[in-house]
Amino acid sequence: MKDDGRMGRSFDKLRGPVVESVERRLFLRQALSLGALSMLAGCDLTDADKTQRMLRAMSGWNDRVQGWLFDPARLAPEYPESAITTPFPFNAYYDESEVPTVDATDYRLELAGLIRDRRPWTLPELYALPQASQITRHVCVEGWSAIGKWSGTPFRTFLARVGADTTAKYVGFKCEDDYYTSIDMATALHPQTLLAFRYADQILPARYGFPMKLRIPTKLGFKNPKHIRAIFVSNDYPGGYWEDQGYNWFSGS
Amino acid sequence: MVATRQAQWLVVHPLVVRITHWLNVAAVLVMVTSGWRIYDASPLFHFRIPAALTLGGWLAGALQWHFAAMWLLGVNGLVYLGYGIFSGHFRRKLLPVRPGDVFADLRAALRGRLVHDDLSVYNAAQRAAYLALVLCLVVLVVSGLAIWKPVQLQALAALMGGYEGARIVHFTAMAFVVAIVVVHVVMVVLVPRTLPTMVTGRTRRPR
Repeated sequence: MKDDGRMGRSFDKLRGPVVESVERRLFLRQALSLGALSMLAGCDLTDADKTQRMLRAMSGWNDRVQGWLFDPARLAPEYPESAITTPFPFNAYYDESEVPTVDATDYRLELAGLIRDRRPWTLPELYALPQASQITRHVCVEGWSAIGKWSGTPFRTFLARVGADTTAKYVGFKCEDDYYTSIDMATALHPQTLLAFRYADQILPARYGFPMKLRIPTKLGFKNPKHIRAIFVSNDYPGGYWEDQGYNWFSGS
Repeated sequence: MVATRQAQWLVVHPLVVRITHWLNVAAVLVMVTSGWRIYDASPLFHFRIPAALTLGGWLAGALQWHFAAMWLLGVNGLVYLGYGIFSGHFRRKLLPVRPGDVFADLRAALRGRLVHDDLSVYNAAQRAAYLALVLCLVVLVVSGLAIWKPVQLQALAALMGGYEGARIVHFTAMAFVVAIVVVHVVMVVLVPRTLPTMVTGRTRRPR
């Protein structure tokens, strides 16, 4: 099902101009992980490679199990306004000073892949879509959690509006900050999956993902892309920034 | 001759118990050390676990180990629990546990006077410790499931006060497991002939 080297190619195929070539980053820490492992087991690098493959295979198996466990009708708990975490933590793969600035007037949300109407969307057009709000818990892969209020249009409403092929396997996201990720179609169609334009009733500030964030209360935080620039629907596994480095792809809550 | 030789040996640990014991050793070792690395990514309390004691190298590596070894821990644990309950193993070896006996044994142990000559019978302190370990591992798995799936298994998470409560339960159960394991290993060092018995299953019949 998965091919680790595929991410860059499937993006290129789908939308060349927007999607820059995405470099797979093999971080030093990954090498460290192998080193630590081989020391622990007292084995050579070949064994470490085998172990790494085994762990990746188990992560793939866990993707499947989580797909089966996912109940499309089960809602994430919602909380009262008094439960909101203030200030809501900033979190990204870069420092807060490096948050991208997006010009609202020039902004266009681009669509690609298995979508009937791929015309780009302006922000006023997106803001005119039916709106919904939720106060839900954001759970980070690191373990911490925080409760926030997001408002926007239910993603399934948007997918229906643009004529996305909802029988396809994946929905992928390409962001202004070079972040990218992808989710399963079942989660994309979940009633609480929200294309969020507001945080705490205010236009999404830059640090929380202006102009939009996909808020998915049934997935870990890193599966909630911010500063979305392009959305595509595909049957080819698109991977993700953290996923390609070893984080579990499904990462459902 | 053969009959006499056999008569000197006593099977104290059934094969299922020995296999599940050693698989559990591997599973718990991986779960605890990778869990410590995950803990360090966002510590619940005001301390970190030294990185040298952790497994995985970084958060993603630790999560891979944790979510792979959970299957070993879970499936192996179910086999052990099923065997223990349905074969009568728990009833024969771990029950009854009377608090009075446990305290008497603990007092004797602290004075260095607790004897464990007959390896086929667990004293009250052992029974209490082994049952507590099984219970803590069950709590660890249940709280771990709640942390993994706080939406899909939200009823389970709610039992522990929600996602953040489940994290505290998970950490606390881990701490108890580690404490019990440390005492267990110290006891094996003090009574070393228990170690080969957990491999072969046999011990010399006490004379």
